[in-house]
Amino acid sequence: MQKRNEVRIAGLGGQGVVLAGKILGRAAVHDGKRVVQTQSYGAEARGSAAKSEVIIADERIGFPKVRKCDVLVAMSQNALDKYLKDLKEDGTLLVDESMVREVPEIKARVFNVPATKMAETKLKLKICANMIMLGALVKATGMVSQEAVEKAITQSVLDKAQKVNIQGFRIGLELVKQ
Amino acid sequence: MTETFTIRNYLRDIKLPFCPGCGCLTVISRFLRAVHELGHKDLSKFVFCSGIGCAAWIPSPHFKADSIHTAHGRSIPVATGIKLMRPDLNVVVFGGDGDLAGIGLSHLVHAARRNLDIAVFMVNNMIYGMTGGQVAPTTPLGTKTTTTPYGSFEHPLDVPSLLVTAGASYAARWTTAHGEQLKEAMKKALATRGFAFVEAVSPCPTAFGRRAGFKDVAEIIRWFRESSVPLEEAEKMTAEDLTKKIVVGEFVYRKISTFTEALYRTIREAEKSAETK
Amino acid sequence: MTGKTSATHFWQGNEACAEATIAAGCRFFAGYPITPASEIFEHLARRLPQAGGITIQMEDEIASIGAVIGASWAGAKAMTATSGPGFSLMQELIGYAFMTETPCVVVDVQRAGPSTGQATKAGQGDVMQARWGTHGDYTSIALSPNSVQEMFDLTIRAFNLAETYRTPVVLLADEVVAHMREQAVIPPSNQIKITNRKKPKPTDKAFFNGEDIAPMPSVGEGYNVPVTGSTHNEHGYRFTADRTVHEKLVKNLIRKIRDNAGKIVDYESLNVDDCDVGVVSFGCTSRAIHETIELAKKKGLTVGSVRLKTIWPFPEEAVRNMAKNVKVIVVPELNMREMFYEVERVVHGAVPVVPLNKIGGGEMITPEELLAEIARSVKKVD
Repeated sequence: MQKRNEVRIAGLGGQGVVLAGKILGRAAVHDGKRVVQTQSYGAEARGSAAKSEVIIADERIGFPKVRKCDVLVAMSQNALDKYLKDLKEDGTLLVDESMVREVPEIKARVFNVPATKMAETKLKLKICANMIMLGALVKATGMVSQEAVEKAITQSVLDKAQKVNIQGFRIGLELVKQ
Repeated sequence: MTETFTIRNYLRDIKLPFCPGCGCLTVISRFLRAVHELGHKDLSKFVFCSGIGCAAWIPSPHFKADSIHTAHGRSIPVATGIKLMRPDLNVVVFGGDGDLAGIGLSHLVHAARRNLDIAVFMVNNMIYGMTGGQVAPTTPLGTKTTTTPYGSFEHPLDVPSLLVTAGASYAARWTTAHGEQLKEAMKKALATRGFAFVEAVSPCPTAFGRRAGFKDVAEIIRWFRESSVPLEEAEKMTAEDLTKKIVVGEFVYRKISTFTEALYRTIREAEKSAETK
Repeated sequence: MTGKTSATHFWQGNEACAEATIAAGCRFFAGYPITPASEIFEHLARRLPQAGGITIQMEDEIASIGAVIGASWAGAKAMTATSGPGFSLMQELIGYAFMTETPCVVVDVQRAGPSTGQATKAGQGDVMQARWGTHGDYTSIALSPNSVQEMFDLTIRAFNLAETYRTPVVLLADEVVAHMREQAVIPPSNQIKITNRKKPKPTDKAFFNGEDIAPMPSVGEGYNVPVTGSTHNEHGYRFTADRTVHEKLVKNLIRKIRDNAGKIVDYESLNVDDCDVGVVSFGCTSRAIHETIELAKKKGLTVGSVRLKTIWPFPEEAVRNMAKNVKVIVVPELNMREMFYEVERVVHGAVPVVPLNKIGGGEMITPEELLAEIARSVKKVD
């Protein structure tokens, strides 16, 4: 694993991109890394562009925002169009294919994940797409340990929502074949 | 009552700043008598808050007590902070109609809505007196003031009625011509659990009376007496008939859960839940 | 969350601020919802009652600071938290707190202004408002955290300074620092230094306007203290026309901060004795500095940094000393020049001072942008 991993999770307000970033960050803390997680959202509570960024490193992190990402998680067409240019050539792109019409040809590794569709059919809970994407990210990159993520989920969501979120995370893990 | 009433037990030896004939003097003597009759030998169980304006000078620094003389309109927020931290103290607000019903109106309404356990005494002289006689939210329609030289074109606010709607435990209005009733209303306000409000319609011969066409303070007092209508009678009158009247009486008295009671109950529960965790 | 042992938390900046509030002994919070400060209130609304404290949502920011002032006079350590628009509304009563020497803490999580501006986006445009926000003559204390750790540490310090100097203290945070999550190491509670206001002796009569900071009674303690925002003498009696009383009062308000500036001022310097270029920065903008120094090294440029932890009083000596060693000073900030003029005033022409400003969209000044400005500035002076 490289010394510094920069992740951007982008989508629409209400998709839980901030929560996904928060859980990823907390998981990295459990793994003993240094972490900074930031977020950006519009003034509206729902529907505007939202993103969450996580920098995971072995040493102290100065500048907290992602400039070039190692991993981009795009949960909307807009997010993909806007941020693809910031993805490193040897980076990893994960798209929620239920939300994105087309993915351009790029050098980076691409994972098409039917997150929203699976969340609706398997979990009957559309808002868990973020956990499916997180599972796919963890499987595709090995950036953090699975145990750490599950621990972070239980710390970050309400008791009654833990089971379904962990279920979503595990679905995401399975969707990516290494 | 065994002891006789001595006003100097409650007042510092400082010359009061009010004009001759000012209703603030009546309000002071009625309030302190109310305090005396409730059995307080001094003001050690009281904290006074006031804003800016003539009436704000009633407690500060003249009462021998803790008094917080705040910025214009902000006495009630400061009183809120004090009452919540020290629910054992009697927190009393004095203010004018401009201070409480003009710039500070939203605080007044919200304190009533919360049913915050304080007593608010509004001295309504129907004018901005300290600044020289500008129109107030309580100035009667048509009155000449320095900022309405052709007569006011605004309707005055009926503050006690507003506070009934907002949720006050007690609200009353009297004039300084009704000394005994005013004192009794103040006693009742001080004894009320929850938000209590008394409006004292009060003469300002200097800034209101002259321009409004009153020869002297006696004439204003006569006007108070003659135009006062008890609430029960007012209910039978038309809005038009009431425009020139001062409706007096007790607008509401009810026993409802108060803010500090509810707040402290919540804190106790939160503390308990933290302990059991 | 402070306990018997030290602990590492993965906190949001606002959460760290809220936890520090409890650790500092604050038991009263009044506020009004505003982005990007609301999480402080929300966190305290859950946690403060567990510690026996009170939180209340007031009808506006004016009422919030009013209630805080009332609670402070009732003996509590008290705080409110807001952002630019609310900070503007509070200014009159912040002036009242200066005048009446009322300890309290006001957190201003800066966002892009003026007016509603960009409510969810970072800005640093309240530097001068934290200094000159209310009318009249006074001097102020404002602290500038640049990490989640400092959202904790400087909140504690804000309360300690407020109590020591009987003055409102501003914690001038920004959206980035307030919303970011990172590790914070929280010491055991017995190792957190807590300062409480000086209380009067029963015989004391002077509670204001002292050469030294006067002891502060609370209401209900029997001192019969008159508190007023009008000019007043040491007993609290107002003097609405006397020149000498006014002058003494205002000068004492200024002096108690200015004469203690040496104890209040705090900053972090890096490389300042051996550098070509100096950078003066604060808050989120200062997070670019370490990487900039490294990037500059590769280009053969040595960069030094003074990072302000107190913005007011301004760390004049530190900046003046840096100016002795460098060819040029660059001042990056997320506003259209506020700190810049202060640096220019202090440097007083000794070396050129170059502004680097960026506003809107929540974008920060990146290490690359800062480096580019440094390189440009060096070229100009060489």
